[in-house]
Amino acid sequence: MNNGSWRRLRALIGKESLQIIRDPSSILIAFVLPLVLLFAFGYALSLDATGVKIGLVLEDTTPAAQEFATALTHSRFFNVRSGHDRREFEDDLLAGRIAGVVIVPRYFSERLARANATAPIQVLTDASQPNTASFVENYVRGAWQTWQLLRAREQGRELRQPVRLQPRFWFNTELDSHFFLVPGSVAIVMTLIGAILTALVVSREWEHGTMEAMMATPITIRELLIGKLVPYYVLGMGSMFLTLFVAVEIFHVPFRGSFAVLCLVATVFLMAALGLGLLISTLARNQFVAAQVALLSAFLPSFLLSGFIFEISSMPWPIRLITHIISARYFVSSLQTLFLVGDVWAELIPNMLAMLAIAAVLFAVTAGKTVKRLD
Amino acid sequence: MWNRIHALIIKELLATLRDKRARIVLIGPPLVQMFIFSFAATLEVKNVNLGILNEDSGRPAYELVQRFRGSRTFSEIRYLRSTDQIRSVIDDRQVLAVVHIPQNFSRRLLAGETADVQLILDGRSSNTAQIVQGYLSRIVDGFNHDVAARRGVSLPETELVTRHWFNPNLEYTWYTVPSLVGLLTMIIGVVITALSVARERELGTFDQLLVSPLTTFEILIGKTVPSLLIAGLDGTLILMIGIFVFQIPFNGSLVSLYISMFFFIAAIIGIGLFISSLAHTQQQAFLGTFAFAVPAVLLSGFATPIDNMPDWLQPVTLVDPLRHFMTVVRGIFLKALPPEFVFANTWPMAVIAVVTLTAAGLLFRLRLE
Repeated sequence: MNNGSWRRLRALIGKESLQIIRDPSSILIAFVLPLVLLFAFGYALSLDATGVKIGLVLEDTTPAAQEFATALTHSRFFNVRSGHDRREFEDDLLAGRIAGVVIVPRYFSERLARANATAPIQVLTDASQPNTASFVENYVRGAWQTWQLLRAREQGRELRQPVRLQPRFWFNTELDSHFFLVPGSVAIVMTLIGAILTALVVSREWEHGTMEAMMATPITIRELLIGKLVPYYVLGMGSMFLTLFVAVEIFHVPFRGSFAVLCLVATVFLMAALGLGLLISTLARNQFVAAQVALLSAFLPSFLLSGFIFEISSMPWPIRLITHIISARYFVSSLQTLFLVGDVWAELIPNMLAMLAIAAVLFAVTAGKTVKRLD
Repeated sequence: MWNRIHALIIKELLATLRDKRARIVLIGPPLVQMFIFSFAATLEVKNVNLGILNEDSGRPAYELVQRFRGSRTFSEIRYLRSTDQIRSVIDDRQVLAVVHIPQNFSRRLLAGETADVQLILDGRSSNTAQIVQGYLSRIVDGFNHDVAARRGVSLPETELVTRHWFNPNLEYTWYTVPSLVGLLTMIIGVVITALSVARERELGTFDQLLVSPLTTFEILIGKTVPSLLIAGLDGTLILMIGIFVFQIPFNGSLVSLYISMFFFIAAIIGIGLFISSLAHTQQQAFLGTFAFAVPAVLLSGFATPIDNMPDWLQPVTLVDPLRHFMTVVRGIFLKALPPEFVFANTWPMAVIAVVTLTAAGLLFRLRLE
């Protein structure tokens, strides 16, 4: 680029930055909304079930049944309410006030005493919420196994398992779901700045005709695009630092990677996000449509198709295919690795290449569409 | 008065539906979202890659590996050759978990001692990892059971018998699709209401409306009814797709559902009007919508259960209309929820509707003066 080009670019960036600073709603989106969202995600989203409300019906009150009840009540996963009749809990299950009912039936101790019979313990779950239902089943199973071991020890016989599985969870030994949800939220917040804010602001310019006014000046398309991008890039990185600070200091998520690598990955992601925002605004040229499209193609996919909460491998193949063109997918995965593992280049490099490819396509299409308009 | 309201309703409907792109936005995205999200929003675990490092050459170790291979949860099994490989396959996510069978496995097992098997899981996806751990321990339990049977040990003393009510096979779409009926209806309702007033405000036509002989109450009705019709139609469309395309069992009463949906949409429109009474531009209205919709979805318990939230946050969910409506839709679909339970979750939405509509009306009048 020659001297004139630099001067124009500097002036353009200065103009765009002033516009952002003077518009209170941009500042609101860049700093207040990210914090609100990060707190909402951090506190409201949790996959760690503690204190799941269940009902317990002891139709049999012999010592064996009581001991089982104690084991269940002591489980930190449950908040147990006892009753004597299973019908008491049927309405609660229907209304969703409890997630399940554990029933020790009347004939429990009688079966337990017989050598050739197995005494059943019934578990009813409210499977209208399937994830909670399977957790209830697993946790009751855990409490039941504890009780069996205890009972075997008391009776002086050793319950020896032939094979014992010793699980170890790497990177997140306490199994705190915030450790992967909070880094994922950083990606969503940055999508908000990169794609949605850009889409809204630029489409407003199209709507108001100021974009055409810019086109009438000697500025080239490339300068125009760069001029638009630089200020929003700075805003995006600013909100990234802010959310990183909140994640580490307030939610106590460990950060094991290096800061420089995080900046690099975030820059690559922002290229793709800004590219998407620009493309949306160029195609829509109308705030109402741009808002809808940005929500649909940027925000919701970053929430649902990025592997942030919902595991990509569990989705059917056509949807897995779609996730490959969503840049947030690569960013969420890189963020989780940077926070919890470190600089794993074997994972980060393919992710960055994918995001760069997406960004390149988006910019190429945007540049093509903008040129046409000038003719 | 009714004539004026009637005219206003017609005008609003025309204003919203005249623009072709706006019409597409009202029908297209909800359908796309319905199909993608029904399949994507799942906490089920499938197609997991598992690594196996078997350092034991004995027959029992081979049998155990065969059992892991037979499980349908795992799409691909990677056989590792040394412990050094564990680190790298986990680090760059080639596998979610590694089963490590040590050299002395068969010897200890045949000697009647407890043979340990290490299981290393990727804590970056702790939820999935826990579910995978559950699957693997069930496989090991089965293996143990057979070993014990061969050794001639008697039946276990007790057993757990689980029945999953309302959804016996734990189908995840039976949860997602009814929830989406609420979620998508909410997004449409709030967006069309908030943005339509904001657009008029930006163009200045709202001031014309305010200086016309119409009273605030009439304007409020004129803005509410068209949104109610459009959101209701969209809701119906999504409902029909849920029942006929996804074949989710619909066990309850359609009448109860519609009564509840009426108050739900009214509450949503109240919120939309409230946002637009505060916003001066479309951009602000969109941001307001966003600032409402994201927390509303998070607090509804759709993505993760309300019970897992911190204690101080749980009461806050009660002011979220989506929380109540999701309980109703899921309940009516799967549980054939009786009217008294529908009512228990519907009156809070009616209260929210009255409060937000009144507040929006007051703010409009304030602007008029």
